[in-house]
Amino acid sequence: MEESQLEGENAMSGHIGLRGKAWFQALTGQNEAREHDDPASVLTADALIGDEHALFLCVIPNPGSRFPCVRDGQVGLDEGYTLAHRVREALNADKDKPKSQKRPIIAIVDVKSQAYGRREETAGLFLAAAASSDAYASARMAGHPVISFVVGHAFSGGFLTHGYQANRILALDDAGVTIHAMHKEAAAKITRRSVADLERLGQQIPPMSYNVQDYAKLGLLHQLLHVESPLEPNLSEVNEARSAIIAAIVDARKGPPDLGVRRESRAAQKSRSAGNAARALMEHQWKNA
Amino acid sequence: MIETNAIPAFVNRGSFIELNGRERAQALFDKGSWRELVGPFDRMVSPWLPMQGVAPEFDDGCIVIKGKISGKPAVAISLEGAFQGGSIGEVSGAKMVAALDLATIDSRDGKPTAAILLLETGGVRLQEANLGLAAIAEVIASILELRQHAPVITVIAGTVGCFGGMALAAGVSSYVVMTREARLGLNGPEVIEQESGKDEFDASDRALIWSIHGGEQRAGMGLADDLVEDSVDGIASAVQQFVRAGKPAQHRSEQVELYRRRIATLDASSQIDPLALREQWKSLNSKGRTQ
Amino acid sequence: MEHIEFDYPNAQRCITNRAHVGVVGSGDMEVLFEPSEGAGAHVSITSSVNGFRDAWKAVFDRFFSKFDGSVRIQVNDAGATPGSVLLRLEQAVEALGK
Repeated sequence: MEESQLEGENAMSGHIGLRGKAWFQALTGQNEAREHDDPASVLTADALIGDEHALFLCVIPNPGSRFPCVRDGQVGLDEGYTLAHRVREALNADKDKPKSQKRPIIAIVDVKSQAYGRREETAGLFLAAAASSDAYASARMAGHPVISFVVGHAFSGGFLTHGYQANRILALDDAGVTIHAMHKEAAAKITRRSVADLERLGQQIPPMSYNVQDYAKLGLLHQLLHVESPLEPNLSEVNEARSAIIAAIVDARKGPPDLGVRRESRAAQKSRSAGNAARALMEHQWKNA
Repeated sequence: MIETNAIPAFVNRGSFIELNGRERAQALFDKGSWRELVGPFDRMVSPWLPMQGVAPEFDDGCIVIKGKISGKPAVAISLEGAFQGGSIGEVSGAKMVAALDLATIDSRDGKPTAAILLLETGGVRLQEANLGLAAIAEVIASILELRQHAPVITVIAGTVGCFGGMALAAGVSSYVVMTREARLGLNGPEVIEQESGKDEFDASDRALIWSIHGGEQRAGMGLADDLVEDSVDGIASAVQQFVRAGKPAQHRSEQVELYRRRIATLDASSQIDPLALREQWKSLNSKGRTQ
Repeated sequence: MEHIEFDYPNAQRCITNRAHVGVVGSGDMEVLFEPSEGAGAHVSITSSVNGFRDAWKAVFDRFFSKFDGSVRIQVNDAGATPGSVLLRLEQAVEALGK
């Protein structure tokens, strides 16, 4: 279909982050960073989802960032620590509440990657990423339902920082959505293959695929959502997404706060069978060690 | 007969770096107290590598050893840096997560079990891409659970160093031990040069690399807890110390306000001088406490 | 990638230990030695480098001209030279003796 082809092309030509902003605005009614001193790249909002308040978070491009290597929507130092700060703020505010009242935390994900910069490495970007990951996971372990909604790109360190610690992950079923460890061009260079070779490999080897429908077969995803206009969702599409997020929140609250569902889902029992077998053997041998 | 004082110190010290992943893990334990779990004889290999013409390794590059350190229960999870750059695949990741989770279960049952992560790794194994990345997210989650009960000690000795998503595992650990030869960072020099250009990072400039990622710099920045010589005894001793120390008062990755302040005062208008940054951060302690 | 198998029916000395040596790094290999299930010795090799069946046969013929244990040998190889292969096999024999 011509429109989704264009979407795919637009996504690759650098319109990363526009989907994040569009969906953040659609779901919260806000598009500005909440606090004056938060970087313009991190959108946060306290908004209603269903009949409860939730914390929504999104990382978007900030062409005016003082860090040159984050201007296209990469996740850098400011972004990592701001996310950590906002999540911990919610964690602290709800710490004495019963589990059923701990607010949902919704990560809207459209991140190009982590920031590839010398300043970032010097100042310990790995720790900024760790701090954000820690905050999200701590909220999840405390009983907050943490939901990730991947509306565009979710790559490696960017996704580890913002989204991959969620109880449940939802994604749009669209050519502009990619979840992966490394961009095709970079992966091609590093593995000394052509992009076409990588795409071919991805068709034979599901974990290497750049197609979100193949990602869904790995058992890590809670739901794929079909939407006709991912860049400019109409009201009914936004409501559909909202309902899916609400259902994911309910589902998350029913289960344990760990990431076991990613191994135990039906798809994972097939796609992650080698890992699960190793885990089962480890359990058996540990008890006898 | 050669007298021992005629042999140079570097020969006597027993290099840790020269040991393979298995030997490194074994060296940390009290004599006779350890056993390897899901080892090479169990043949839990990667299902994905042979499909791509890559010979697998019987332990998938992850060695799990359970035993006692300073008399206390502990598990060591060691990545073999020589196999696929120590990268995380479906099986190696699953072994690491399982070992961490089992240590957590024991710890919750009243038997605190420390975990020592020997990280020589470039991060995700690209031949397993999304399963490697997912495994790393799960490793991070499992470390965060275990560290509430028992210390998680990351050891980075070199020569591969600890890069990619696994640098987050180091970041959420209770303690990080490094040698001078070791390096720790989210992105290695090659990928920065590739993505952002040679001016941003010249990957052939070894002095530059160690000045930013090297163990001495990381320790000087307060991003590693101990800088040790490359010796088996020295590293084993550092690990024992942290096992005995137990959980730290606060974890580095929880100190968000401190680091927000530090990042806010960064002058990003040009590249940052690593040595100057050490001094700047020492003066920006949390509430005046030295790190 | 290649799978190569050899049989050495005359290697009949009973072996009760097992050994593991090596790392599948570039230019290296790992090997498992275990007691064989039947009589004789059996070798299986998985190598990421193709076209060296004759070289592998030569190395193992040489090895079994001196070693008579009834073992199951499994190799994962990433391009070890014949000299390195023999070294690893000798290390495995030594480890068997411990």
